[in-house]
Amino acid sequence: MTERNLITGAQNTWCPGCGNFIIQFAIRNVLNNLAAEGTDPDNVVLVSGIGCHAKIADYMNINSFYSVHGRTIPVATGIKLANPDLTVICCAGDGDAYAEGLAHLIFAAKRNIDITLLVHNNRVYGLTTGQYTPTSPLGFKGRSTPEGTLEQPFNPLELVLASGGTYIARGSTLKRDALGNCIREAIGHRGFSFIDILQICATYFNMTGYYSERIYELVDHDPGDFELACQKIREWDYNRDAPIALGTMYQISSPTFDERLLSKRSGLSGINEAIKKILDGKT
Amino acid sequence: MKDVSILIGGRAGDGINSAGLIIAHLLNHTGYRVYIYFDYPSLIKGGHNFSIIRGSSEKIGAHRNRCDFLLALNQDSVDLHGDLITKNTAIVYDSGRVKTEGTGIPISDILKAEDAPPVMGNSIIIGAFARTAGIDWETVESVFRARIPKAVDKNLRVARRGFDAATEVRKIEFHEREKLPILTGNEAIGLGLLQGGLDAYIAYPMTPTSNILHFLAEAAEDLPLTVVHPENEIAVMFMALGFAYAGKKAAVGTSGGGFCLMTEAFSLAGMAELPVVVVMGQRTGPSTGVPTYTAQSDLHFMIHAGQGEFPRLVIAPGDAEQAYIWSSRGLAMAWKYQVPVILLVDKTLCEGSYSFEQATVPKTGLFPEWEQQSPYLRYASTENGISPMIFPPSPGAVIKVNSYAHDQSGITSENADTIRRMTDKRIKKEECLKKEVDSLDAVVVEGRTDAPVALLCWGSNRGVCREVAKHLDMKVIQPIILWPFPEPAFREALNGVNRIISVEDSSCGQISMLVARYGIKIHNDILRYDGRPFTVEELEERVREVI
Repeated sequence: MTERNLITGAQNTWCPGCGNFIIQFAIRNVLNNLAAEGTDPDNVVLVSGIGCHAKIADYMNINSFYSVHGRTIPVATGIKLANPDLTVICCAGDGDAYAEGLAHLIFAAKRNIDITLLVHNNRVYGLTTGQYTPTSPLGFKGRSTPEGTLEQPFNPLELVLASGGTYIARGSTLKRDALGNCIREAIGHRGFSFIDILQICATYFNMTGYYSERIYELVDHDPGDFELACQKIREWDYNRDAPIALGTMYQISSPTFDERLLSKRSGLSGINEAIKKILDGKT
Repeated sequence: MKDVSILIGGRAGDGINSAGLIIAHLLNHTGYRVYIYFDYPSLIKGGHNFSIIRGSSEKIGAHRNRCDFLLALNQDSVDLHGDLITKNTAIVYDSGRVKTEGTGIPISDILKAEDAPPVMGNSIIIGAFARTAGIDWETVESVFRARIPKAVDKNLRVARRGFDAATEVRKIEFHEREKLPILTGNEAIGLGLLQGGLDAYIAYPMTPTSNILHFLAEAAEDLPLTVVHPENEIAVMFMALGFAYAGKKAAVGTSGGGFCLMTEAFSLAGMAELPVVVVMGQRTGPSTGVPTYTAQSDLHFMIHAGQGEFPRLVIAPGDAEQAYIWSSRGLAMAWKYQVPVILLVDKTLCEGSYSFEQATVPKTGLFPEWEQQSPYLRYASTENGISPMIFPPSPGAVIKVNSYAHDQSGITSENADTIRRMTDKRIKKEECLKKEVDSLDAVVVEGRTDAPVALLCWGSNRGVCREVAKHLDMKVIQPIILWPFPEPAFREALNGVNRIISVEDSSCGQISMLVARYGIKIHNDILRYDGRPFTVEELEERVREVI
């Protein structure tokens, strides 16, 4: 079987060295593997927000909904509820998922909607040319905070865990294969899967050296152990120096929102009979 | 014309709204067409709620400034409605709580004797009303059995005591006539959407459209309908667009404040060419305003909402029957043209109740089919700007929608030529939509059609304007589609008219500003902006002042 070309002819405008290339290749490889296992790429829908990451919608030759800033999750939720057989993947930026659209992130985890969220977390606004984001370290000097930020970053994994997330992982664009494995696992997980991907921004916040010294892959970690997951998730708070674990931190099985919503229906009747019945009841 | 009005008032929690509906059904059973105006403040318990139930031999959509019967469960019902009480008003009241003259009913004693909860006080006063109005007990029993789902026997026992405690004061006229369903505007909208093939209804609660959410959530139990109540109106509108992308017909409901949050996705619907219906129930603004009272002050907001320029359809039905037909048609047109459609309604229509006759909804065509040309282009250029729309998964097709300016395949473009051509495509779609609007019965003309004076109204004011026009021998012009404005039909409606009097629940006269764009001058604006709809008498007086 010849592999379908999953990359469009659109001109790629990411900066040289951008971490988005790594994420794009990881997704492409995962989709090729899924195709080999029988999930046709035509069954996949990619939803992106706005920002550098979001251009992936133009670059991937698959169904896509190029949404607006912060609004990947509600669009993806609608698509999944409309057709639960689709595999729905959101690519969002840290500005998207953690600032503009934070409420949607919390509710996606709370509902356990069966979609996969990949956050391209470069910890800086790239396309708007270098402002701080919710995960930039304290004191980050961006163009809106020339003297350094005055607020602590939050830990998105901890937030999703507190909100009821059932699959929580961290990836890095410095570890492409591990990232691919994680994405594969996340798509396979039934329920809301969330991967915070530490992505290199080559232009505004190149953390390659910093991350290289601190990242490590989880081994012999039991993702079903909540206490252990808490411990690993809190090991690094996106601010002070600490080892940075990569891989699946937490995973449990729980009914999904789409399953619950679509299973509550009893006998379905035709519209005209239903309208007649309602009108009779009001006469 | 037979015409009877009943006011029932009490505290929030006394069940005034449901009592009003039962009284309306008593009238329905005695040959009347009904309309209910329900007035309530924004609180859960206490305060003062009232319903005015009006029955008439003809279809009506307005209440009057008088009542033939006053049913008082609290003192406010007597004290606050002095202007509606005449010497002929038959007053039935709770003698334990209210001081007045008329037929006093010892409600708390009856409740105690029957060991019934306080909310059954409304059944007692309904029983007393029936006797006062000469409605026989069998009618009361049959209406109670049809309308009260829980503890109907106990309700009937207390109602019978109320019935027996009263005497006939003022017998209403009876007529053998077919009974009709009584629907709120919200229910008619919900039914119309269902008739149009609605797959999903998504909403965050907000007066005056919350009851569409409740109604459809209940209906969804045995229909292929998905009802979702997400975290906020932003999520509501984006979810709806997700449904549309996946090929499912979705509608959302809100009021002005919620729609402010929806405008972000509303503009996306315009750019990405995704069909969606927004039910926009107006209430008194600006901002939180007066949540449970009416207004017609969001017309220009609807016409202009969203950044950039894109086609949209704004429809303003005026009663339950129009709401039913146009909700269905609006949904069909959203899909045919792949545009956002607004059903612009108001609190008076949404929460008012009407006798309803189901009419056949005229068919609307479909968007063009994809003829398997490869590659599939979501925004393929066509003569009328409407592209074939398909949904994932469609083997062999990549379906891309985009909030950015894009090329035919849906990929982002900043190319000057592409931007212009794709804008032209959307303009062509709008022109096509305009043509269809001009072929529809988008402007209703009623009253004396050759009269030189016309009342111009839209939305729920239709009902009150029809009656006033009848009294004053005038024409009524009601545009149902407000955007694209049906200019040819509107001009035709103006034939023989030398004076236009506009009636609107706003302080600026928004329909007047709209028609002024077409060089049409409105001679008088009759405006009301205190949150209350016009009664027949009030409007008639205001019209007489200007003619």
